[in-house]
Amino acid sequence: MVSFTVNGKQRQVDVPPEMPLLWVLRESLNLTGTKYGCGIAVCGACTVHVDGTPVRSCVTPASAVAGRRVTTIEGLSERADHPVQKAWMEVDVPQCGYCQSGQIMSAAALLARKPSPTDADIDDGMSGNICRCGTYQRIRAAIHRAAAIRKGGAR
Amino acid sequence: MKTLVSRREILKGGLAVGAGLTIGFALPIRALAQTPGVFAPNQWLRIDRDGVVTITNSVPEMGQGSLTTTPMIIADELDAKLENVKVEQALANPTLYKNPVTGTQSYGGSRGVRDHLEMWRKAAASAREMLKQAAANEWGVPVESVQTEEGAVVHRPTGRRLQYGQLVDKAQALPVPQNPKLKTPDQFRYIGKAVKRRDTPDKVTGRSIYGVDVQVPGMLVGSIERCPVFGGKVQSFDATAAKQIKGVKDVVQVSNGVAVVADNFWTALQGRRALKVTWDEGPTAQVSSATITREYETSSKQPGQIAKNEGDAEKVLAAGGKVLEAVYQVPFLEHACMEPMNATAQVSREACVIWAPTQNPGGTQATAARLTGLPPEKVIVNTTMLGGGFGRRGEIDFIVDAVETSKAVGAPVKVMWTREDDITHGFYRPATYNVFRAALDTNGMPSAWFTRIVGPGILIQKGRAQAGTIDPAAVEAVRNMPYDIPNLRIEWNNKDLGIPLGFWRSVGPSQNGFIIESFIDELAHAAGKDPFEYRRALLGKSPRHKAILELVANRANWGAPLPAGRARGIAVVFSYGSYAATVAEVSVAPAGAVKVHRLVCGIDAGLAVNPDAVKAQMEGGAVYALTAAFYGNITIDRGRVQQSNFHDYQMLRINEMPVVDVHILDSGEAPGGLGEPGVPTVAPAVCNAIFAATGRRVRKLPIDRSELKRA
Repeated sequence: MVSFTVNGKQRQVDVPPEMPLLWVLRESLNLTGTKYGCGIAVCGACTVHVDGTPVRSCVTPASAVAGRRVTTIEGLSERADHPVQKAWMEVDVPQCGYCQSGQIMSAAALLARKPSPTDADIDDGMSGNICRCGTYQRIRAAIHRAAAIRKGGAR
Repeated sequence: MKTLVSRREILKGGLAVGAGLTIGFALPIRALAQTPGVFAPNQWLRIDRDGVVTITNSVPEMGQGSLTTTPMIIADELDAKLENVKVEQALANPTLYKNPVTGTQSYGGSRGVRDHLEMWRKAAASAREMLKQAAANEWGVPVESVQTEEGAVVHRPTGRRLQYGQLVDKAQALPVPQNPKLKTPDQFRYIGKAVKRRDTPDKVTGRSIYGVDVQVPGMLVGSIERCPVFGGKVQSFDATAAKQIKGVKDVVQVSNGVAVVADNFWTALQGRRALKVTWDEGPTAQVSSATITREYETSSKQPGQIAKNEGDAEKVLAAGGKVLEAVYQVPFLEHACMEPMNATAQVSREACVIWAPTQNPGGTQATAARLTGLPPEKVIVNTTMLGGGFGRRGEIDFIVDAVETSKAVGAPVKVMWTREDDITHGFYRPATYNVFRAALDTNGMPSAWFTRIVGPGILIQKGRAQAGTIDPAAVEAVRNMPYDIPNLRIEWNNKDLGIPLGFWRSVGPSQNGFIIESFIDELAHAAGKDPFEYRRALLGKSPRHKAILELVANRANWGAPLPAGRARGIAVVFSYGSYAATVAEVSVAPAGAVKVHRLVCGIDAGLAVNPDAVKAQMEGGAVYALTAAFYGNITIDRGRVQQSNFHDYQMLRINEMPVVDVHILDSGEAPGGLGEPGVPTVAPAVCNAIFAATGRRVRKLPIDRSELKRA
C-alpha cells in the first residue's frame, strides 16, 4: 500500500512498491493525461511534478512518492488557466498532442524556476521532452508568451 | 463515382453518433436520420431544431488538424457559424465514409483536404440549397430571392429571417439537389483564414483520449512477446512462470507472438519477462545491414528496369566530356510515433468492437471481420485520437494483436506495445543505394542524366503492385524530376531482403528528393554556377517548381552575405500534389558538428484551407526530416533491428531546433497535400548548405559528423 497526494487529494493504492508512478497514475487512478513514451526517462511524455519538481514518472517507483505531493496535467489548474496552458492555446502548440502533457509540465516547472527564461533556459529546461510532430518552435514561443502572461497576472 | 449517400441509404447503413470528440463513443443509431427534428441530407452533416450542426469527420485526427479543417470546409459552404458546429469522428463504414478518390476508408498520402474538399463542399452546398428552398416555400418567395448568412436564411427585401434550426423539418422533406451551386472563393467565410484548432483545449489539459487511454468495463491489458527476427514464428513457449505472477490472467499464442494478458500493463510486462519462448527465426535471420549493402552494391552494377528513358543518356555519357558520378545511400527508418502502437478489442460471438488510433478504419474493420468471421457491419471501429501517424498507423498489425487476443481470452483486451516493440517491429522506410552519372555540356548544363535506384518496393512487398513491374513509390520524385534534361534515363532494381516496409511520411520523395536535389547541386558546383540559378535555368517546363523555388530564394535573401561560417543550401521537390522548396542556413564546427540556424520553407498547395495549420505541417515536416537527416538509422543484425528506444534511435530536440519560416504561395490551383510535402526538401537543403560551408558532400544519411571534421 502506498499513500501520497495527487492533485491535492490524498490517495492510497495497493500496488507493488516498484511499480512505476506512471502506471499507478494511468491504470490505478485513471489519470490518463500522463503518457507513456519510452519507459526509460528519455522522452519526457510522462513528466509530472513531485513536490513541485518535474520527474519522469515512468522510472519513479511508487514507493518513492510515498507521503509526497504529485501533480499531473489534470491537476495543473482547475480551469485550464495555468499561464502555460493559456499560452499553449494562444499559440496553438499541439499537433497530435500526445507529448504535450509532458511538455506543459516541464514548461510549468521551468517557469516556476525561471520566470523570464531565455532561449538557452528553454533549451535546458525542455530538451528532455521529445515531440515527434515537431512543435518545438511553437513550444518556445508559447513559453515566452506564458512568461508574459504570468507577469501580467502576477499577484 | 457516387460519393453522397441519401437519407434512405444512411438508414440502411447506420449513421455515426459519437459522444463528442473526446468523451467516448456510442454504437450507431439507425433511426437518427428519420428522427423528427433532424435535418440530415447526407452522411456528412445534420442539423437539429436548436440549429446545432453536427459534422462527421472521416479523416482520423493524427495531428494534422482534420478535426478543425473538415468542419471549416463544411461550415463554410453551409454558411453555418463555426461556433455552432460539433464534430464527430466517423465509425468505420466505407460505404458512407470512403475517400472518394481512393475508394477506401484509409488515410495516407496527405489526402485529407485534397481528396475530400469538393465532395464536402457539395454536401454542404446541397444542404444550404435545401434550407433556402424551405425558407422560400415558407415565405412564398422565389428561392433566388433568399440568401444565407451565419446559420440563417434571410429575405433581404422584406427583412425576414429564419434560423437553420427553424427550417429542419421542412428542409428534411425536400429532395436533395444533385448539382448545388458552390461558393466562389471570394465568398469563403472560413476557408483561407487562420482558425484555431478545436482539439487544443483537450490536448493541454490531458483530456484527449488516445488509443492507450481507452477504458472498457472488464478490460484486460495485453503485451505481446514477438520474435526478434522479422518473419520468425513461435516454435514453443513455456508460460508456467508467467502465469504465477499475481495479476497475470492468461497467456495465449497469437499471429504476432505470445500475448500475456493481465490486470494492467505493468503486470503484463512482468509476465512477458517471465515467459520462455523458443522461436523459429526463419530465413531473415541470415540478413544483416552489411549483407544488404553488399547485395545492393552488386545489384547496382546490373541493368535495372527502365522507369524513364528520354533521348539517349547512355550514348551521351559514353561519349565522355565532363562526366560526374556519385553514389547516394539512405538507411531504413522507423516512424516512432510518440504513442506506441496499441488497440482495444471486444470480441464476442455477436459483434466485435474496436477502439484504435488508426489511419485505416476501413482496413481495421475488414481485418477484424476476417479474423472473427463476423460480417463487417458487426465490426464497430471507433477511431480515437492518434498520437502520431506518419504512415505507421495505416498498418493493421496492432489491430490483429487486439482482435486475436480478445477472441482468445474471451474478454475485452487492450494490447499495448512498448517503445522497444515499436522500434523493433515497425514497417520501415526502405534503405536504398543509388548510382548517378551526368554529363555536362560546354555551358555546364546537364546534357545527360542517369540514375539507377537499388532497393525494395513498398507496394510490391505489400502486394499492392505487381511483382516484376516498377514500384511507383520507389521511383517517385525521380521518374518525375522537374529538370529539363535532353537525355534522361532512370532505372530501378528491386532488391527486397525481407525487411518489412512501410509508408514513412512522404515515402519515396522523402529519400528521392534528397538524392536528386543533392546530385543536381553537385552539377551546379561542378559547372561553377549558383545552385539556385542553375536549377532555375532547368525549370523552364516546370513553372510551379520554379515559382516556389524563387519564393524561398527571395525570402531567404539568397546570395546576400551571411555571418562568417554560415552557408546556404536550396532544394525543391514536388510531392503529394504540392510544390515545396527550402533554403537552409547552416554552420559546421571544425569538429564536424552541424548547426542548422534557419530554414526558409515555401509551399504551394494550391489552396491553404487553414493557413496556420499549413504552417504547422511545414514546421513539423521540417523537424521530421531533420531528425532523419541527423539521426535516423535503423540497422539490422541477423534479422533483428539493433536500435530499441529513443536513446539509440534519437529524435531532434528543442535545443537543436532551427528557426523555421514558412511561406505559403497561394497559386489558386487544385488543392495539394500538406502532411508530407514539407519533408523531402529539408535534408537536401541542409546537406547542400553543408557543402557550401565545408566543401564536403554528404552522400550518405544520416549525416556523419566525423566526415565533416576539418580540424
